[in-house]
Amino acid sequence: MSANLATVAYIAATILFILSLGGLSNPETSRRGNLFGIVGMTIAVLATAFGPRVTAAGIPWIVGSLAVGGTIGLYAAKKVRMTQMPELVAIMHSLVGLAACLVGFASYVDTSLVLEGAEKTIHEVEIYIGILIGAVTFSGSVIAFGKLSGKIGGKPLLLPARHWLNLALLLGVIWFGVQFLQAHDIDAGLLPLALMTVIALAFGVHMVMAIGGADMPVVVSMLNSYSGWAAAATGFMLSNDLLIVTGALVGSSGAILSYIMCRAMNRNFISVIAGGFGTGGGAAPAAAGAQPAGEVTAISATETAELLREAKNVIIVPGYGMAVAQAQHTVYEITKLLREKGVNVRFGIHPVAGRMPGHMNVLLAEARVPYDIVFEMDELNQDFPDTDVSMVIGANDIVNPAAQEDPTSPIAGMPVLEVWKAKTSIVMKRSMASGYAGVDNPLFYKDNNRMLFGDAKKMLDEVLVALRG
Amino acid sequence: MFQRALCGATAFHRAGICLFSQPFENPVATAAKAVGPGLVRGFFAMSMTIGVPRETFAGEKRVATVPEAVEKLIKLGFAVCVETGAGIAANFGDDAYLAAGARIAGSAAELMAGSDIIFKVRAPTSEEIALLKPGSILISFIWPAQNPELMRELADRQLTVLAMDSVPRISRAQKLDALSSMANIGGYRAVIEAAHHFGRFFTGQITAAGKVPPAKVFVIGAGVAGLAALGTAVGLGAVVRANDTRPEVADQVKSMGAEFVPVDYQEEGTGVGGYAKVMSEGYQKAQLETFAKQAKEVDIIITTALIPGKPAPKLITAEMVRSMKPGSVIVDLASEQGGNCELTVPGEVVVRHGVTIIGYADLPSRLARQASTLYATNLLRLTEELCKTKDGVIDVNFDDEVIRGTTVIKEGAITWPPPAPRLSAAPPQAKPAAAVAAPKKSGHGHGAGEPASARSLAITFGVGALLFWLVGAFAPASFLAHFTVFILACFIGYMVIWNVTPALHTPLMSVTNAISSIIAVGALIQVAPPLVGGTQGRPEALILGLAVLALTLTAINMFGGFAVTHRMLAMFRK
Repeated sequence: MSANLATVAYIAATILFILSLGGLSNPETSRRGNLFGIVGMTIAVLATAFGPRVTAAGIPWIVGSLAVGGTIGLYAAKKVRMTQMPELVAIMHSLVGLAACLVGFASYVDTSLVLEGAEKTIHEVEIYIGILIGAVTFSGSVIAFGKLSGKIGGKPLLLPARHWLNLALLLGVIWFGVQFLQAHDIDAGLLPLALMTVIALAFGVHMVMAIGGADMPVVVSMLNSYSGWAAAATGFMLSNDLLIVTGALVGSSGAILSYIMCRAMNRNFISVIAGGFGTGGGAAPAAAGAQPAGEVTAISATETAELLREAKNVIIVPGYGMAVAQAQHTVYEITKLLREKGVNVRFGIHPVAGRMPGHMNVLLAEARVPYDIVFEMDELNQDFPDTDVSMVIGANDIVNPAAQEDPTSPIAGMPVLEVWKAKTSIVMKRSMASGYAGVDNPLFYKDNNRMLFGDAKKMLDEVLVALRG
Repeated sequence: MFQRALCGATAFHRAGICLFSQPFENPVATAAKAVGPGLVRGFFAMSMTIGVPRETFAGEKRVATVPEAVEKLIKLGFAVCVETGAGIAANFGDDAYLAAGARIAGSAAELMAGSDIIFKVRAPTSEEIALLKPGSILISFIWPAQNPELMRELADRQLTVLAMDSVPRISRAQKLDALSSMANIGGYRAVIEAAHHFGRFFTGQITAAGKVPPAKVFVIGAGVAGLAALGTAVGLGAVVRANDTRPEVADQVKSMGAEFVPVDYQEEGTGVGGYAKVMSEGYQKAQLETFAKQAKEVDIIITTALIPGKPAPKLITAEMVRSMKPGSVIVDLASEQGGNCELTVPGEVVVRHGVTIIGYADLPSRLARQASTLYATNLLRLTEELCKTKDGVIDVNFDDEVIRGTTVIKEGAITWPPPAPRLSAAPPQAKPAAAVAAPKKSGHGHGAGEPASARSLAITFGVGALLFWLVGAFAPASFLAHFTVFILACFIGYMVIWNVTPALHTPLMSVTNAISSIIAVGALIQVAPPLVGGTQGRPEALILGLAVLALTLTAINMFGGFAVTHRMLAMFRK
C-alpha cells in the first residue's frame, strides 16, 4: 500500500470516528455509531500494518499482540457486570496511558529519525509531553480504578500543603524538561526523562487520591479526556495526523463531559481537581449539632406498595445505592407492574448520579427499562408538584433540598431533583447516614417524606411481592 | 396516608364546636381512628371552617366553590360549609357538596355565624356584611379602588379581606389569578354572544346556494379576555384582527392566528405589572383614526380595553358606530367600568344605528359552571398559599409578596394599595434591543455555554492570540500542519459531543476510550519500520519489545472497548 493510499485510508478512518461520536446523539443511531467506530479502527490498523511504515517482518508480531490483547479485551467485556462499568472504563484508560508512555520511550530511543535544530527540540518536547500525559493518565486511572472497585477507600487523601506539593511536582517536571532538552545524547536524556515519568506517576496518584467518591464522575471523564490528549501528543511525536485528530476528538469529548459533570454539581473544575470535598464512606456519622430538626417517619414495604398502587404519577430517582444493591431488575419489575395498572412511571436521572456520567441510564437499560420513560433532571423537575409518589432509591445528595434552601450548605446551589415537591416522597436507604458529600439531608425530615430502611434490593423485592399480592 | 389521617382528625375536632342542622358525616373520620397517635400531628391546632354563601347579586349564577375543590380544601385540614342552594344556578346541587364532604347550612345567617373564612364571588352587600362574624376572613372580588365605601364598612367590621382582583401579577401568583380565569371566560362568551346576535356565519363558505364571505372580527385590547376572544373567533372561522397599546403582545396575537393592527405612533404602552396605561393625546388621536378605519371594514368589534383603577377609555365613538355596516355587532367587555363604546348601555343589549351593542357585565356568570370551577380552583390555590402547614389554619403572612398584595384589609386596618410589586410580567422600561437576544438553549438543556462576559472573552482571545503568535514565530512548518489539524479536530469534537444525549454518556466514554486505542497506530509503526538511513546504535530489541507491549495493551482496549460499548448499546431500547 502506498503512502498516499494510507493517508486516504486515514481520512476515511477519521470521518468514521466523527460519525461514530455523532451517532451517539440518540439511542436509535448509537449502535450504528459503534459500528462506524469499529470499521474506522479496522481501516486504521490495516492501513498502518500494510502501509509503507511497517515491513513484512513486523506482521507476525502485530498479529500476535492483537490476538493476545484482543482475547483479553473481549473476555473482560463479556464478563463485566454493568455495575462495574466505571471500573472497567477507568482501567482501560490506564492502558491507553501506559501505551502512550511506552510509545514515547520507544520513539525517544529510536535513532533512525535524525532531526536538527527547532525540529529536534519540538520533537523532544512532544515526546516529553506525551510521556507526561501518558504517565499521569496511567497512574491516575489505576487509582481511580482502585477507588471505584472499593480496593482503595473513597475518602480523599488530604496531605498537608498538597497544593504546594503539586506546585513542587510541576516545577520538577519543568526543571527535568530543561535538563532533558539540553542532553547531548540519548543516554544522557534518559535519566531526566525517567525521573519526570516518576514524578508524573506520583502526580497522577496524588491527584486522584485527593478527590472524593462523589466527584468520581468528573475524574472518570477527566481521565477519559487525558487519554485522548495522550494519543494526540503521540500523534505530534510521530507526525501522524490520524492520531492527532482522534486524540483531539477523544480529548475534547472527555473535557466536555467533565464540564457537564462539574456544572451538574455547581462546582468549578479547578476545585474538583484540587480535591477535598467529596468525603468518603457512606457510614460516616453525621456531625451532631448540624442535624435538621424534625422527625423521620418510617414506612414498611407493604405501605410503600399501597402508596404506589394508589398513585397516578410516580417518579423514580435512582442513585449509586441502586447500583450497589444490584436492584435495577427489581425496579423494572415494579415499573412494569405499575405501568400495566396504568400508573405513569418515569425515571429522573441526575447528571452525576452514580460513579460515572450516564451510569444510571446504562443500569436501567440493562434492566430493559425503555429509554423513553427515563428523563433528565431538567426535563421533569417541574413535574414533581403533579407527582403522587417520588421514590428515591439509594440516592442522597442529588435530592437534597439543602442545596436550594440552605445557602451555607456545602452543596448550596447544586441543581437537585425536587422530589420533596411530590405529594409523598419515599427514600430507600440502609440507614440515616449522610451521603458522599457528608451533608445531612433535610428531605428525610420533611412532613411528606417516608423512609424505607433496608437494603434496596431486599426492600424492593418485598414491595414487588406486596404489589403482586 | 398521613394527610388523610390529619384531615380526618381535624374534621373530627371541628365537630365539637360546630353546630349545624346537617348530620356530621365524613368518611375519612373513621380512618382517623385507625391511625396511631404518633402520626397525628397538629391534632390540637384550631382548624377553621370555610363558609360559602349563595350569591345574592341579581343575575349572578356563579358560586365560590365546587364539590371538587371542597374535597381538596378538606384535605388541607379545613371544614367546609355551603349555604343550601348556593350552587344550583351553576348546576351544583346540595347533594354533590354533601358527597364531597361539605356540610349544608340552611341560611346565610347560620352559615356566616359558624364560619371563620368566607368565600364569595361578588363583593358582599351591606346586609351580608352585617351577618359576617367580626374578625373573620373574607375572600372575594372587592375592587377597592372603585368601592371606598365598601372598604370602610368591611374595615369597621374588623375583618381581614383578601381581594381576588388585587392578586399581584407575578408568575408565582398565576395559579390564583381569578381575573385572568374570569377574563378568559368573558372573552369566550363575548364571541358566543356576538355570534348569537350576528346574522351571518363566521366562517366563509362556498355553497350551492352562493358564496358566504367570512365575518371580520376586530378585537381591541389583547389581554387575557382579548386573546380568549381571538382564539374563539379564529376557531369559528372568522378573519380576526386585534390591536393593543402594548407592542409586545403582537406576537401573542399572531400566535393565536390573528392579525395585529398597529397604531402608527411611537409610544410604549406597558404600565406596571403588565397592564396597559393611559396613553398620550397624540397617540389617542392616531388610535382613534385606526379604529375608525377598522370600524368601516369589520362586522364585529369586541372591546376589552381596561386600565386598572380608571374608567374604561372611550375608543368607539358614536360616529364610528354609525359608519359600521347594518347588522354589525359590538361586544363591550368594559361595560362595567363605563364601556369602551360611547353608546354602550351597561348590562343591556341595545341597537343603535343598526348595530347591536352588547353591554353585558356578567359574561362569566353566563357560563356559570365553568366560571365557578375555575374560580373555585383559584381560591383553592390561594388557600394553599395561606395554609402552607396544611393543618386547616390560615396564616396571613405579609412577608409573602402574593399574600401581601392580595390582602386589602388586615384585622380592620386597610392595607390597600400594597407597595409596588418588585417584578413586572413584561420588561417595562427596558431597552427594547437588549430584551431581544435571549440566550438560546441547545436540545438537551445545556447549551454550549452561555455567552461569556466581554471581559473574559477578551482575556481568552488575548491569551489565544499570544499562544498562536508564539507558535507561528518559532515552530517549523511541519509542526504547523499538524497543529492546524489538531485545532480543527478539537473544534469538531466540541461540536459533535454537545449533541450526545446525556443518557448515552457512559457508552460515549466507553466508545471514545475504544477509539483512543488508535494509539496502536503509534505502536504499529514502531514494530518494524523500513530503515533507510543510519541504523547504527538503534536498540532494535528494546523498541520492538516496547512496541509489542504497547500494541497488546491497546488491543485489550480496542477490542474490549468496542465490545462492551456494543453490549451496552444493545440494551437501550424503547
